[in-house]
Amino acid sequence: MATTTARPSSTRPPAGPAAAQRRGRPARHRTDGIAGYLFLSPWLLGLLTITAIPMLMSLYLSFTNYDVLSDWESMEWVGLDNYRTMFTDDPSFWHAVQTTLVFALVATPLKLAAALGVALLLNRPFKGAGLFRGLFYLPSLLGGSVALAIVWVNMFNRDGAFNSFLSWFGIEGKAWVNDPDFALGTLILLAVWQFGAPMVIFLAGLKQVPVELYEAASVDGASPWRKFINITLPMLSPVIFFNLVLETINGFQGFTSAFVLSNGTGGPVDSTLMYTLHLYIKGWNEYQMGYASAMAWVFLLAIGLVTAVVFRTGRFWVHYSDGED
Amino acid sequence: MTDLAERVAAPTAKVDQAVRTPGPWRSIAKHTGLILLTLVMLYPVIWMVVSSLRPNEEIFRSPGVIPDSFRFENYSEGWNALSSPFGHYLINSAIVVLGCIIGNLVSCSMAAYAFARLEFRGKKLWFAIMLGTIMLPIHVIIVPQYVMFSQFGWVNTFLPLIVPKLLATDAFFVFLMVQFIRGLPRELDEAARIDGAGHPRIFRQVILPLMLPALATTTIFTFIWTWNDFFSQLIYLTDPEMYTVPVALRSYVDATVSTSWGSMFAMSVVSLLPIFLAFLVGQRFLIKGIATTGIK
Repeated sequence: MATTTARPSSTRPPAGPAAAQRRGRPARHRTDGIAGYLFLSPWLLGLLTITAIPMLMSLYLSFTNYDVLSDWESMEWVGLDNYRTMFTDDPSFWHAVQTTLVFALVATPLKLAAALGVALLLNRPFKGAGLFRGLFYLPSLLGGSVALAIVWVNMFNRDGAFNSFLSWFGIEGKAWVNDPDFALGTLILLAVWQFGAPMVIFLAGLKQVPVELYEAASVDGASPWRKFINITLPMLSPVIFFNLVLETINGFQGFTSAFVLSNGTGGPVDSTLMYTLHLYIKGWNEYQMGYASAMAWVFLLAIGLVTAVVFRTGRFWVHYSDGED
Repeated sequence: MTDLAERVAAPTAKVDQAVRTPGPWRSIAKHTGLILLTLVMLYPVIWMVVSSLRPNEEIFRSPGVIPDSFRFENYSEGWNALSSPFGHYLINSAIVVLGCIIGNLVSCSMAAYAFARLEFRGKKLWFAIMLGTIMLPIHVIIVPQYVMFSQFGWVNTFLPLIVPKLLATDAFFVFLMVQFIRGLPRELDEAARIDGAGHPRIFRQVILPLMLPALATTTIFTFIWTWNDFFSQLIYLTDPEMYTVPVALRSYVDATVSTSWGSMFAMSVVSLLPIFLAFLVGQRFLIKGIATTGIK
């Protein structure tokens, strides 16, 4: 990953500190060392104060009953109580786990399939391809906003546009967003609607597939379907893998749309209680910061685990063209 | 529910044929399909704009997008429906966005220069850690971060939103800039070095001007992400005076239950206008940015 350190010694600055040269190390390394850490200092400070220390602190808080409102003295060490409550005594926690898993595991494949399908349509240059690409990409910029979530909820409400559309076909709809069986579905649809970002990544990947492969396959009389299965998919597999990791992790972190749809409750009947929403309710509505910290660590471990699993399976289907197979 | 997804995914199999032998019919079919898909995709946005101009009783009557009458009062009513005029929240959001952009540009470019061009001990380790933090969910650190910032008395200020950006916590952009700087010819900074320039000068006068495209990509993504960001703004801004656009818009849902849908949609449109403008101006950088680094 890092750049190579080997460089011709002639590029060494002519007036390096003598001490460094005596020790036989190129002077550049010493001066770079100071400069390097100076340039890195904002990031290092941020790593320490905004990331590392809070992470350790949240680990500590997860073993306490800290609640923000009272002062530090009233905070008590409760051992594994938060974790025990979470796993055995908080039904909403398991609802949140289930909701988040369903959301991520359904929305991600649908979104990637849509992204790949449209990317294939737009791959060959034609008049207006750029315009279509831009229009399909736009929803992924708007979709994460509160405004779009409001629009979505109203479109799928009892009197919303979706039901009016269904009524053309004589189907009577219902208030989809208030139905525990369908509320999450509308959120999944909103996530799939934002397929533009992975689509652009697929388009970039498709440009890298050598045309010669398709030409050779045509000479051999391969059908378009076989070309897709035997050339496009394997050649694109690193990009598919990349999108899969990214979108799965994004899927686990969904918050805004669920918050707006349920007015911050995760309802109806916990059906849109995303994990992050449950964490928010525990921490900022009920002031159980210790419990919320424990949830955060379980979340981190879960995401790490899922990512590891995806990476493991990736060995069996991701094809790197610089490899031997 | 899968209706849209099926419609989107269905053309996959036909694609190769269509592009391989572009007969006129295939081309027409492909264009028709794309136009239909575009209409489906843009329908929610169009519906929002049309609804923002409709009288209340018309919004939910038909799914059509041609309004019978225009009601521009929705905008003036929506603008003044909360405790402050909506412009107040737009300004708050603009302040946060501006602070975040400046923070990201300065701190991320400095870190990126160090990672891409300087040799120092521990660089590989720090670089690996930096890559690791890209995937770190904010939820893991938000609780103690909130505790810390509230001890500082920073709740209901913009500092908890801006200060982390001044400290390059958006590692995405560090990575994006590292990749960009690595693509610049080293001869340029070697030449400047031989002329006696130190690292601060090489950074400012050689590297920064050359990495303008990467800076533009960072600016525009920071703009859109910060403008849309809801979670941290919801947590840190509880005083209506300090509300940014997403938090204000959310409180609007409570305030106007079944009273004035039109004005709620009107403010939704207003809240998305800056994103739309950023998209128009910066589409090139957005597309390039996600294509090269895969960021969203």
